[in-house]
Amino acid sequence: MTDAVRGRVVAVDRAGARAGMALVRTARGDVEVKHAGDVEPGDLVRLAGRGQPLERVRPYLRGDYPTPDTELARLARRRLGNLVARGKAMAALRGVFVARDFVEVETPLIVKAPGLEIHLTAIPAGPAPGWLITSPEYQMKRLLAAGMERIYQVCKCFRAEEEGAHHASEFTMLEWYRAWENLDAIEADVCALVAEVARAVNGEPIVSVGNRRFDVGAPWMRITVAEAMRRWAGVEVAGDEPAAVLADRVRAAGIDIGTATAWDDIFYCAFVEKVDPALAACDRPVLLVDWPVPLGALARRKAEDPRLVERFEAYVGGIELANAFGELVDPLEQRARFEDDLAARRERGREVYPLDEKLLAALTEGLPPSAGVALGVDRLMMIVLGAEHIRDVLTFTSAER
Amino acid sequence: MYDTSDIRKGLKVLMDGNPFTIVEFQFVKPGKGAAFTRTKFKNLLTGAVVERNIRSGEKLEPANVEERSMQFLYKEGEDLVFMDESSFEQVSVRAEMVGENADLMKDNLPCQVLFFNDRPVDVSLPTFVLLEITASEPGVRGDTSGNVTKPATVETGATIHVPIFLKIGDLIKIDTRTHSYVERINKS
Repeated sequence: MTDAVRGRVVAVDRAGARAGMALVRTARGDVEVKHAGDVEPGDLVRLAGRGQPLERVRPYLRGDYPTPDTELARLARRRLGNLVARGKAMAALRGVFVARDFVEVETPLIVKAPGLEIHLTAIPAGPAPGWLITSPEYQMKRLLAAGMERIYQVCKCFRAEEEGAHHASEFTMLEWYRAWENLDAIEADVCALVAEVARAVNGEPIVSVGNRRFDVGAPWMRITVAEAMRRWAGVEVAGDEPAAVLADRVRAAGIDIGTATAWDDIFYCAFVEKVDPALAACDRPVLLVDWPVPLGALARRKAEDPRLVERFEAYVGGIELANAFGELVDPLEQRARFEDDLAARRERGREVYPLDEKLLAALTEGLPPSAGVALGVDRLMMIVLGAEHIRDVLTFTSAER
Repeated sequence: MYDTSDIRKGLKVLMDGNPFTIVEFQFVKPGKGAAFTRTKFKNLLTGAVVERNIRSGEKLEPANVEERSMQFLYKEGEDLVFMDESSFEQVSVRAEMVGENADLMKDNLPCQVLFFNDRPVDVSLPTFVLLEITASEPGVRGDTSGNVTKPATVETGATIHVPIFLKIGDLIKIDTRTHSYVERINKS
């Protein structure tokens, strides 16, 4: 029925040139229809077809709600439009993996040993000891040990106290892994995925941040962490210098480090102050490659320079989109790094979690050389849709649960 | 001492011997690094704004400033005159100190006036004020982008965007932190 209208009345004209007309918000847009005087803003209405009377399906229950504009204001048309586009983008995203022979997997969201990274806080989830995942990486790596080669997962991850324009404590992560392949293959995947999702939604491989447009189909800029720190912060970083030496260099560059004493904290004081704004000013998407060992997390050392690890981060308009590793598969080095993480957590007064012995057992059984990446889906939606705040691409924010 | 979780707009802190108020802040966190709060501080004496990245774990010193409850009396040229609610002492402050909220100030409005070394340096309005719409066009159809709103003038002269169904004489609640409409209040 082509002329059928169904939706919610947002405004009613009772006088003037438009008297007798009501503005109805539908899933396809706002439509003006004639009314017989018995509808009010907030009512759900239906029009069977051209020439038919406007039928009030459910009157708005005044008094239940502060004002009739509340729900509409919360999920305004632009945001509903974003959600529809997001659905389209997710279909395209899965298509990218299907076309490349990836298998979609689903690992548990409640785990007994959450991520040990020093700067992440997991949210407890019963039965104890249990937490919501901060990333599905430990579980997905076990699947690589089990013999799976190309796997991807789209799931919710949870990180306590992370709320901001680019952060939601409950957010959607996309992770994928390639066994028997290296970080170059993952790099090609990231660039192709962003371009294809952008094309599916926008018709061309163009995304935007603020009022700036980025061609994500063209080659991305590559820069090493050492070069970025030298060029933008004026700080030399090798990866094997003591924290005190790095602190002196950062201070000498005129950057305040407050009370920071740990290598990573000192590094990030300079990074947040100087490199972040420079990345935001780049007019091309950026791959930040070759990270120093102290920021190695779960990445393996580079064969040609043991002070660096196989890791890159992808940035578009300053938005950190993805983090990738040539995966560390050595069970002894992994255990040592976990122990270091635990010691650092204890030292900095952060909650200490159990070690994931199942992951370590899987590494002991043996993982093929592998590479993998985690990409923030909400942030991808932000750049594809040109949203300035993460809440604009979420169905409901934490405040709207 | 405050830590980064205490950071909010209007928090008063002492840095390098000067009182500052926080005017803007943003949560930033590199994926594998510490959380920072990119914070803009306004010097309460000079009005100069500085930006600093405060790493989670750093402390901020509270500014030793006195906040007094005062009633807004009237406008006198570029000055706003307030009266202390307990001592009845009157003080004038420059309207620019209140910023864009100056156009939401109705006579007798209870405010907080901030003193640093006995000098008024800042005025805070209540979070919400109730004002009546004194002028507004009837809703215009066809504007279907985003929320359907229209400009309305309230009794103190401010222009506020309100939902299209509101009309002259309606009492509305305005959030002074954002200078924006919250909801319609039923007069009783």
